[in-house]
Amino acid sequence: MPALFDEANKLRRQTVEVLHRLDLSGIDGVLPDLPGCNDSLRPLEEQTFEHWRECAVAAMAHFRPTHVLAIRGGALLDTGNLPGWRLAPVNGRSVLRSMLRARTVAAKEAGRKETLEGLQGVARKDGIELAGWRMGAEFFRELEQAQPPEVTRLTDLGLADLGGSGLWLRAEPDEDPEQADALAAIIAIGMRPL
Amino acid sequence: MTERSHTDATLRAILCDVLGLDIDHVETFEAGTGLFGHLPELDSMAVAGLLTEIEDRLDVIIDDEDVDGEMLETWGGLLAFAEAKVAGR
Repeated sequence: MPALFDEANKLRRQTVEVLHRLDLSGIDGVLPDLPGCNDSLRPLEEQTFEHWRECAVAAMAHFRPTHVLAIRGGALLDTGNLPGWRLAPVNGRSVLRSMLRARTVAAKEAGRKETLEGLQGVARKDGIELAGWRMGAEFFRELEQAQPPEVTRLTDLGLADLGGSGLWLRAEPDEDPEQADALAAIIAIGMRPL
Repeated sequence: MTERSHTDATLRAILCDVLGLDIDHVETFEAGTGLFGHLPELDSMAVAGLLTEIEDRLDVIIDDEDVDGEMLETWGGLLAFAEAKVAGR
């Protein structure tokens, strides 16, 4: 499960790097596009987060993976009862806070006055465009409340487990071959039949 | 380690992580070193990431009113801002 929005863009290359490494270990992977994101033809503003959850479940039923790797906001989606890993899971409020803040900072540069609270109020009622993504009001309200499940078969991984720094924090997309090696190794070892 | 050096070191680490800068480069930052408008990496999306990461790692809340050109213009301004936030927490 990919990270969400801007973080998905920053992590796409790195995510694919991990999939390539797993492929060399004989492990197939699928990186789905969420409706309204990346190559999806659906308008994002018509999505609800609940529908995203259903789509994640449908993707699981279709591809029938044995394990899941959920990255950042991808951990907010339902991964059924599959084993696997969550990389630096984040709650929906934090995903939105960064994007709201980017908008207030850009507004300030342009001489407009926007506040986090003001934007939140508008977004909950009418939806909002953040960093180029147009979200509906229902989607925004659901994502604000979304938390990674507390009970899960997924093992949490952080940067301390992988080394290097969080590529999702970077201003520009980047890759870290050593970090990709470390993550692929953890997954490949974890999937080895006992 | 004193509170001040902890904030200083954390802030330098955040700049490295968010902007992808080399730690040796960030270690050379002095009070007057220019940030916003001087570092091409620091655009509005990066500023947002920087502020959110400061909140998380220094356990402070940054309000809209706090964010102005002065605090982001130089390393000294950003450090003074972060230290004031940590002191008031």
